[in-house]
This record gives sequence, structure tokens and C-alpha cells, in this order.
Amino acid sequence: MLHPITINHYLVLSVVLLAIGVIGMLVRRNVVVMMMSVELILNAVNVNLIAFSKHLQDLSGQIFAIFVVVVAVAEAAIGLGILIALFRNKETVQVDEIDLLKW
Amino acid sequence: MLDTMFFYMFALLAVAGAILTITMRSAVHCAISLIASLAGVAGLYLLQKAEFLFAVQLVLYIGGIMVLFLFVIMLVNLDSAAKERQFHRRWAGGAVAAVLAGASALWLLSKGAPSFGSPVAQAAPSPDGNVEQLADLLFRQYLVPFELASLLLLVAIVGSVLMAKKRTS
Amino acid sequence: MPTSFIPTAADLLRLSPDIVLTAGGALMMVIEPLTGAARKARMAAIAVLLIAAAMALSVMAYSDPGTSFSGMLVVDGFSTFFRILVYGCGLLTVLMSVDYFKRERGSESGEYYALIVFSLVGQSLMASANELVLLFIGLEISSIAGYIMAGYLRDDKRNNESALKYFLLGSFATAFMLYGVAWIYGLTGSTNLDTVRRAILGGAMEQSGQMLMIATALMFVGFAFKISAAPFHVWAPDVYQGAPAPVAAFLSAGAKAAAFAMLVRVAASAFFPLSAKWEMLLWATALATMIVGNFAALRQSNIKRMLAYSSVAHAGYILVAVTAHSEVGIAAVMFYLASYVLMTIGVFAVVTLVASKGERFVEIDDFSGLVQRQPMLAIALTIFLFSLIGIPLTGGFFAKFYVFKAALDSNLTWLTILGLLNSAAAAFYYLRVLVVMYMKPAAEGAGPVDPAGIGIKAAIVASAVGTLYLGVYPSAVLDFAGKAAQLVK
Repeated sequence: MLHPITINHYLVLSVVLLAIGVIGMLVRRNVVVMMMSVELILNAVNVNLIAFSKHLQDLSGQIFAIFVVVVAVAEAAIGLGILIALFRNKETVQVDEIDLLKW
Repeated sequence: MLDTMFFYMFALLAVAGAILTITMRSAVHCAISLIASLAGVAGLYLLQKAEFLFAVQLVLYIGGIMVLFLFVIMLVNLDSAAKERQFHRRWAGGAVAAVLAGASALWLLSKGAPSFGSPVAQAAPSPDGNVEQLADLLFRQYLVPFELASLLLLVAIVGSVLMAKKRTS
Repeated sequence: MPTSFIPTAADLLRLSPDIVLTAGGALMMVIEPLTGAARKARMAAIAVLLIAAAMALSVMAYSDPGTSFSGMLVVDGFSTFFRILVYGCGLLTVLMSVDYFKRERGSESGEYYALIVFSLVGQSLMASANELVLLFIGLEISSIAGYIMAGYLRDDKRNNESALKYFLLGSFATAFMLYGVAWIYGLTGSTNLDTVRRAILGGAMEQSGQMLMIATALMFVGFAFKISAAPFHVWAPDVYQGAPAPVAAFLSAGAKAAAFAMLVRVAASAFFPLSAKWEMLLWATALATMIVGNFAALRQSNIKRMLAYSSVAHAGYILVAVTAHSEVGIAAVMFYLASYVLMTIGVFAVVTLVASKGERFVEIDDFSGLVQRQPMLAIALTIFLFSLIGIPLTGGFFAKFYVFKAALDSNLTWLTILGLLNSAAAAFYYLRVLVVMYMKPAAEGAGPVDPAGIGIKAAIVASAVGTLYLGVYPSAVLDFAGKAAQLVK
């Protein structure tokens, strides 16, 4: 248990976060929680990138991680905007009540 | 020794926060759990000497995105939604698939003993700090993505205002 | 040696179309509040000028091909081809939209045109990026503008739903793709496509072959979503049906073309050494996509939904050419996309016109008797439908011809046979529209089709002329595509 932390530890953590994010996306009905699951996946990506960056002694991974955060910010803003527009019209945020178009 | 302890502490925080995020009933609780998870991840960045990203994670992700999430959750008053059924009826399939995928990836990782790409040509340890080195890369090599990221943010701003503003009619 | 802060003139020339569009789009955003509600068409005019300028600059930039900005951006035949293609698509969409918004009173705003312009920047980057970071930024710009445009008419519930579904599944796909890219970075030490290829050739396969395959699989999942390949196509019918018709045209034509450009470039430059291993998977995906698209389209009565499934099927045909992983295949992909964009925009333009205010008339039966109501429109639609089926003298025929020829050259005989069978089966649902147009008398409450404004007329005429041009004289475009394909490697 007390052996030094290698890159494998970080990669395993990243896979765990990815799995949790995917499960959340598939299982929850609430749109906001689905969006939060996507944020979890993006965090898993970042953990991966930083771990590789440290291992390879190369800062490009951190730069990429900055851009991933920028993308996450933009997507969160848009997603919440769309959600608000939808909510104004329909008063619900449960994903399977949004069924004018077949899933 | 201390390193190991901190790693497990932050990793535990990240994973526990993530699990709570997808299992709690109330959307506000989910958001708070996600904040905890993000904080754990930020700690991991700090452990690996990615100081700038640690700050970005705290300020942007937690202080920006999650606060926005909380605002919107309260705006659409999701507590009434919390009384409804929160999980799909047919959740078993999705959960099984995801667990399978995770398990197989873990297996591969432990098996591989992968030697990932070897460290890039040994750069002389630079006296600059993390932020200076990142800035150097960002403004020289990664100039175009940097400038275009601002276009991305502009599109996001235009879009969210368009979507969320009150109807004029 | 550190690269200089200041870009060289050559660098700037290669990026100039994107610079012009970005600056112009930002300028449009500034001017927009100053234009009165009745004069929004001026924004469209500005957009048209900007796009025309961008097209001219792309041609100029092609006179000096190469990579710039430390290997981030590459200008070659492939990227110039796709730049011109997506800019053309954007231009036609702008022309089509002016008319659309005139009828949907009170919902037009200049931001729509600015969003199209920004989206074009993203798509142009997707075609010319040589570095995965830039590729992603471009992909996200295009996608986010697409999510917004799909939900543009905020008061319409179908639009809202369409935007939400597109967004949720799209961001999920992007996250997957990013995960794959993170692994590629870890395994090869770089995100530059050329460097990745060299690393793979240099021995990364032996060290970590399995991980590499998983990483490319993850990336492929994301790509498959963007090109609406089965089984990741489920978003397409709902999104295209729910979005405003011009937006559906833009997404179905331009965004898809850019996504294919991205897929082909990444597959051909970075993952070329792996291509033999992926053939089986691509084979299956192409077949599944064709079958799902065609057989679902047969059962649709809503024309937008039918066109959505038809576009899924066409993605399947293009995937056949991608499976061929040869230079001929890449040229076939390029030619197919050129003819596909033209015929898709044309068809959606006609649908926009016939659908009328509020998109009331979008069932196939609403097209009955079109030949009596509006003969010119019926003729145009006939050209586009023939091209979609693949009848000679239209671009669609040569497109399919080259795709299947490329497949045969790579010994994909079974796939070719199944593809041809699919193509024949597909003729049924296109013919059904033709029959309704010509044979059935106009329905009672149909009323005259709205008069076509100059913009949409121009879009329809341009698409029809382009489709016929590609059908009668394909060699010019094909030769260019062939030359460009050689350099992508």
C-alpha cells in the first residue's frame, strides 16, 4: 500500500472517474445531472493529461488541459442556456418527458 | 510517504464526490458533491506540481462553472423535480456496460506495465516557475489555439445570451 | 530554437480566411444592435461578403501551401478543398435563411448570421488543423454554434428539444474523443499529427499496441457521432427534424463535411500505420450505417426526418470509401462530399420553401402536385432527388461510382455489392417523393407555394447547376481531389 505513487495510480483514477461519468450519463433522468456527468468525464481527461505531462516531462499536456477547461466552460454555459430556454417552454427537466421527438 | 498519503486523500475525495454526484436525489446536493470532487482533483494537480492548473481548477471550474450550475439549478427550481423519479427504469444495462468497460480498462492497465512514451529530450531544469513556462509555450507554439479559444468563448457567450434571454414577444 | 512571437507573412496568409471571418463576425455582432428590426437582411449581405472574401483568400493561400504556426496549421489541396466547400455551404445557407426568416416574423436577429460565420471558422480549422489541440478547438466552435442554431427559435418546443438532444449527445461524444486524445498524447508524447505518426512508426506499436488501439477506438466513437455513423446516429433524425430547415441543411451538409475532413485527415496522417487493423471495424460501421439509414428512411412520412435518415445513409457510402484507406478512397470521399453538400442544400432549400411559415407543410404528401403549383421548383427538386439516388448526369452518380470503384480497388467486393444493393433500395423513398410530386393532384387546402425570394432562388439555382456540373464534367473536381489526396499522407 505504501509503495510510491506511479503514473499507473493516476491512470486508474482517471478510468474510475470516466466510468462514473458514463454511468451517470446513462442512468440519470435529470438533465443537469447528466451535464455534471460530462464534467466528470472531462475531469478524468484532465487527470490523464496532467499525469502524462508529469511522466513525459513535457508541458504540452498541461496546455491541452487548459484548453479542455476552456471547452468545458463553453459547453457548460451553452448547455445551461439551452436548459433555461427549454425550461421556460416546458417546465420540466426530466429527460424522458422531453419527447416531442422520439428518442 | 507524505506524497502517498496526500494522493490517497485527494483521490478518495475525487472518487467519493463523483459517486455522490451521480447518486444524490437533489440536484443541489449533486452540485456540491461535484465541487468536492473537483477540489480533490485540484489537489492532485498540485501534488504533481501543476500549480497553474490547480489555480485554474479552483477559480474557473469550481468558482465559475459550478457556481453557474448552482445558479441555474436554483433558477429552474429543481426541488420540485427532486420529488419525481430520478433514475431511468432500465438502468441496469447502462450500469453494467459502464462497469464492464471500467473493469477491462483497469485490467489492461495493470497488465500492461506500459512504458508510455519516454520523457522527451531532457530539458535543462529551467529556473522559471510553472506559470512562466506555460506562458512561454502558450504564446509561442500554441498561439493559434489560444487566440481561437477566445472565439470559442465568444460563441458560447453569444449563444447563452441568445438562449436564455427573455422572449421579446 | 524558440519560435518567434510574431507570425511570418506566409503564416498569416494561410490563416487569413479565418482571421477575416472572425474579425468580420465580431464586427457583425457590434453592428447588429444598430440595424433596425426590418433590415436584418443587411447582416446577411455582410455575411455573404465575408464568406466570399474568405473563399478568395483560401485560393490565394493555396498558392503557397505548407504548414505554419509551428506545425499547427496546414494548407494543402485537401484543406483548401474543404475550406471552399464549407464556405460555399455557409454561403448557400445564408441565402436560404433570409427567406426563411422573412416568414417567421419577429425571430430574426443578426446573431444568426454571425453564428454561421463563426461556425465556418471552426469548420475550416477542422479541415486544416495539423495538431489535435487546434482540431478540437475548431470542432467545438463548430459544434457549439450548431447547438445554438439548432435551438434558434426559442419559442418553438421542437427547436428546444432538438438543441438539447444535440448538445447532450454531442458533448458526451466530445468528452470521449478527448479521452482518446489524452491517451494518444501519453503513448506518443505529442499531439501533432505528424509527430504521432512518426512515433507510431517508430515503435510505439510494440510497446503499447493494445492501449493505442483503445485510444483510437475512443476517438473513433467521437468521430462516428459527428458523422452520424451507426450506432451513434440516433441524434440525427431528431435534431434535423426539430431544427429550422436552413439550420438542418447547414448541419447536415457543412458540419458533416467538416467532420469527415477531420476523420480522414487524422486517419490518413496520424493513424495511417494502423489502418489495416481498423478495416474490419470500418467495414462493419459502413455497412450498418447504410442499412440503418436506408431502411429507416423507407418508413418515414415526414420529409425532414426522411432526409435525415437519408443523410445517415450517405454517410455510410462515404464510410465505404474511408474503409478503402487508399488515395483513391480519399479522393472519392472528397468528391462525394462536394456533390453531397450541393444536393443536400438544394433539397433542404426546396423543403424550406414548401414548408411555409411555422414549417407547417413537412409531410411528404404536402408535396403533391408540386409540378402544377410551381413547375420550376419541381424540376429543381427532381434534379436533387436524381442526384441523391445516383442517376447518371447528376453529381450523385459519379460520387457513388468513384466510391465503389475505390472500394473495389481495395478488394472490398462484398461491401461494394451490399452498398450497391443499398443504393438501389434507397431509390424507393426518393422515388416516392417524385411520384407524389408529379402524379398526385394538389391537395385541397394546399394553396400556392410562397413566392421565392431572391436569396433562396439563388441558392436553389446554384445547387442545381453545381449538381449538374459535377454530373456532366466531374473530372476537373476529381483531378484536384486526386492530387490533394496524395499529399495528405
